[in-house]
Amino acid sequence: MLNKIKELWQTISSPSRYFSLGILIIAGFVAGVIFWGGFNTVLEATNTETFCISCHEMEANVYQELKSTIHYSNRSGVRATCPDCHVPHDWTDKIARKMQASKEVWGKIFKTISTREKFLAKRKELAQHEWDRFKANDSLECRNCHDFQYMDFTRQGKRAEAAHSRGLAQGEKTCIDCHKGIAHELPDMAGVEGWQ
Amino acid sequence: MMKRLFLIVLLMPFLVVVEQALAEQNIATLRSAEISVEPDAPRMGNEENKDMKRKRNYPMQPPTIPHKTANYRIDLNSNKCLSCHSRRQVDESQAPMVSVTHYMDRDGNFLAEVSPRRYFCNQCHVPQGELKPLVENTFEDIDTILDNKKKKQ
Repeated sequence: MLNKIKELWQTISSPSRYFSLGILIIAGFVAGVIFWGGFNTVLEATNTETFCISCHEMEANVYQELKSTIHYSNRSGVRATCPDCHVPHDWTDKIARKMQASKEVWGKIFKTISTREKFLAKRKELAQHEWDRFKANDSLECRNCHDFQYMDFTRQGKRAEAAHSRGLAQGEKTCIDCHKGIAHELPDMAGVEGWQ
Repeated sequence: MMKRLFLIVLLMPFLVVVEQALAEQNIATLRSAEISVEPDAPRMGNEENKDMKRKRNYPMQPPTIPHKTANYRIDLNSNKCLSCHSRRQVDESQAPMVSVTHYMDRDGNFLAEVSPRRYFCNQCHVPQGELKPLVENTFEDIDTILDNKKKKQ
């Protein structure tokens, strides 16, 4: 075993016997493009709504609930898809979230929320994860579209204007503190701050 | 005698049918199409969103909602209205607190939470649309009635 490793190391560490440096560089570059491109293509493919709702857990529960909300259907036709809100847009954060999502693959394999009943029983925990995540990153995914800098308070309702200039402007509050359950139904909110 | 009674009983269903047919012609209807036709749905009106309290037509009237409530959800899990109007939330929201009667059971005992029988806000409280009324409203409030009475005297 040890000998085999040593042999492999020698092959790798010694100079190429048949290929020129130029070939190696070009081949390495091409291989790099293929691997990197492939990796990102697959990553992007898993970052689409079609991919999300290819599992019945997402299609039958959360996707159906999204459909009646303003983030799906509205007068101007701009809409948010699953990853717009649930996956960070920056590359490093995205990779971090994707690694966390391996837990979701585990859940799929072991059928953690394979029925409506199981999903409803787990809904509060799952919602709490998202609320915590939004709270921790200052509602980054909301702000990707709803930028506070460009909010025109004069175009908002009186109550919205008051609430936004009180809590949000001072940075005491973040979007998710008030705007829970805007795209999906809520779990039992007993004990959640701000709800009764 | 017996024969006549029998005849009346026999004709009874026909009489009812004729009566109904006559009545139908006189019914004022809001449905501007034949009963067998499904007309296009009327356009949805805008909910008033001015945040201005409206006058109550009589003292016990549940106040109408002066803002939009579209997409506000009230179910077993959550009550969006109470997230502003409940006793615990009004300092933050600056919204009027639901009246104290909502914290009573039907025997007048005070409860810690909104009483379950008052939980579904939109059973009594409704937003108002910016619409032309379909029928004329002849309601007169008590002041008008009293004024009219005084004038007569």
